[in-house]
Amino acid sequence: MAVKSYIDAIREAMDLALEKDENVLIFGEDVGENGGVFRATDGLQAKYGEERVFNTPLAESGIGGLAIGLTTQNYRPIMEIQFFGFVFEVMDSIAGQMARNRFRFNATRQMPIVVRSPYGGGTKTPEMHADNLEGMVAQIPGIRVVMPANPADAKGLLLSSIASNDPVIFLENLHLYRSLKGEVPDGFYTTPLDTAAIARAGSDVSIISYGGGVPVALKAAEELEKNNVSAEVLDLRTVSPLDIEAIGKTVEKTGRVVIVQEAQRMAGIGANVMSEISERFVLNLKAPIGRVAAPDSVYPFAQAENDWMIKADDVVNKVMEIVEYD
Amino acid sequence: MSDQIKINQKILDFNTQLQEQDSFFPVLSVLDNQGKIIDKEALKRAELSDEDLVNIIKRMLLSRQLDIRSIKLAKQGRFGFFAPTAGQEASQMASSYAFNDDDWLMPGYRDIPEIIVKGWPIWKAILWSRGHVLGNEFVTEDGKEINAWMPQIIIGAQYVEAAGIALGLKKRGKNAVAYAYTGDGGTSQGDFYEGINFAGAYKANAVFFIQNNGYAISTPRSLQTAAVHLAAKGWAAGIPSVVVDGNDPIAMYLVSKEARAWAVSGNGPVLIETLTNRLEPHSTAGDDPLRYRKQDDIDSWWQKEPLIRMRNFMTEKGIWSLELENAYIDEVNTLIDEQIKIADNVEKQKVSNFIKNTLEIPGQAMNEQIAKFESEGK
Ligand SMILES: Cc1ncc(C[n+]2csc(CCOP(=O)(O)OP(=O)(O)O)c2C)c(N)n1
Ligand SMILES: [Mg+2]
Repeated sequence: MAVKSYIDAIREAMDLALEKDENVLIFGEDVGENGGVFRATDGLQAKYGEERVFNTPLAESGIGGLAIGLTTQNYRPIMEIQFFGFVFEVMDSIAGQMARNRFRFNATRQMPIVVRSPYGGGTKTPEMHADNLEGMVAQIPGIRVVMPANPADAKGLLLSSIASNDPVIFLENLHLYRSLKGEVPDGFYTTPLDTAAIARAGSDVSIISYGGGVPVALKAAEELEKNNVSAEVLDLRTVSPLDIEAIGKTVEKTGRVVIVQEAQRMAGIGANVMSEISERFVLNLKAPIGRVAAPDSVYPFAQAENDWMIKADDVVNKVMEIVEYD
Repeated sequence: MSDQIKINQKILDFNTQLQEQDSFFPVLSVLDNQGKIIDKEALKRAELSDEDLVNIIKRMLLSRQLDIRSIKLAKQGRFGFFAPTAGQEASQMASSYAFNDDDWLMPGYRDIPEIIVKGWPIWKAILWSRGHVLGNEFVTEDGKEINAWMPQIIIGAQYVEAAGIALGLKKRGKNAVAYAYTGDGGTSQGDFYEGINFAGAYKANAVFFIQNNGYAISTPRSLQTAAVHLAAKGWAAGIPSVVVDGNDPIAMYLVSKEARAWAVSGNGPVLIETLTNRLEPHSTAGDDPLRYRKQDDIDSWWQKEPLIRMRNFMTEKGIWSLELENAYIDEVNTLIDEQIKIADNVEKQKVSNFIKNTLEIPGQAMNEQIAKFESEGK
């Protein structure tokens, strides 16, 4: 165990995967010598060679097609999309091709691909660099969408994603890359896909979140503690498919729910969680389900980011409203 | 041997074919590295008056000062995202001098100076960089619409859209063209091929520039494609395609002027690859060129940068001097200082406005959000 940053944990996972399985390849724009624009792959080309860690020409669609094709030769590609806002260029490879292949081939072919990509706001990037587009990709059948919220999970979930025979979109929170540090177990380990985790236990209310929303929820939970409200924080970790059992358990425990997402309100994961709760656990609820999300505009210009993004205070206020409801 | 036998042998000789590809694209150049004229005929053909030459060097100097100041301000945290332009002044400013107000500019994120010389106030460019919505209003100081769109972040997108503008101009019978800029990396995108292909298929009024500055962030030009010249990609679209010394302002102007004339007369688009170099980091967002290229290489390109040759050429001609240059640089810096002040004093932008700007007729949830943010003064 050692304290590591979120991005160091991600790099370590790739390092271990390259070491363990010679079929693992890493490619994308600037991932080679430069180690990626955030240094997520720093040193990996030097260690494993250009045959296994390499730059691509500047074309996301090409990167996606390359990954799909390489699986026929039993490679396990980790492809990087430099920013998730550029996923639109590779949407056919992802949604039209890799997500459908297992189904199309009557489960006789597998797509062991990981699409790694940074997302999320708070770092004053130019346009198209900070969008939360998980709602859009979580609507694609045939692909898993994983969004770790801490360094230990980032490492374990990435190793599971690489081992998965299903394609995985692995979304890395840009803001957390260097700002979030935490204990990370040494060596190789996997964290199961499709299971949520209790990030903080509590009894009065359940705050359900994922990815960059989790640190916000945890901060709110600390504040709430001061108001004598005991908040449980459930970190979904994988947003597609959802761990419905874990959602049910926390709802049964507290009967009050606030869902927190960095994405715009209209953009799906929160809505999906609310639907599952309404369908399955409505009788456990003591109050309407609350939701904290960004407003339904296009991701804002950098200077207004702070006003636009969700904050711990928003979560505290919403939780108080739900807790006081009777 | 019958002719067909020879033809067949030639077709099947892949090695020779590859070698020949290189010779299809000689480089257009008029001035050498030091500004000595190497082609008098071409210089005459450019039809540049002394006044034009002064205008071009001033635009190049404006661009260089903006670059220097932007990088400095970015280091102090007073600027946002900026993609340095030093070394590309001929490729950007001498090329754009061949177009006029009626022409439509489709720029990439590195093409800030081309928009500024079209009338985009510098304070708006600063706001664009910082991430303020007012930066994205493309009107001149006196309220005239500028025929340009915002610097495109999505690499290649401006090329397909330029094809659409070009077709629209043609359909409307306008005496104008669309001109678009991308980089060497940009030529790998599907949008690049689709843009030149569509414009070619419709013989639309477009001029496409590839600013081959050697790198796409850290990725060298050699990794983008096996093609020896990026201009070769234009052949597949059936359009005139040329390579030009992108650090030679006269060659840049000449080729741009002739490409515009060709496109505006209904002949279809032209593709121009400019050989230049990025002398500075990719952007102000933390790129370190020494991770992927040698200082020697950067230094060697500083010897070939376009201001040296333009300055020498014009001084030799007796129409430029260091005094004139310094006076103009002072003028530019005063202007930039004023513009920074304007940018510093604009009103804070409001989230409620962003929501209003997202749809002409907002939905109920959006209206509730607008009301909430307005009540908080945001
Ligand atoms: C579709 C898309 N993919 C990736 C990026 C990230 N990116 C920004 S600039 C850049 C390199 C561009 O290189 P080039 O086209 O040569 O232009 P230059 O920056 O050298 O002017 C990359 C990969 C982007 N902006 N858009
Ligand atoms: Mg380039």
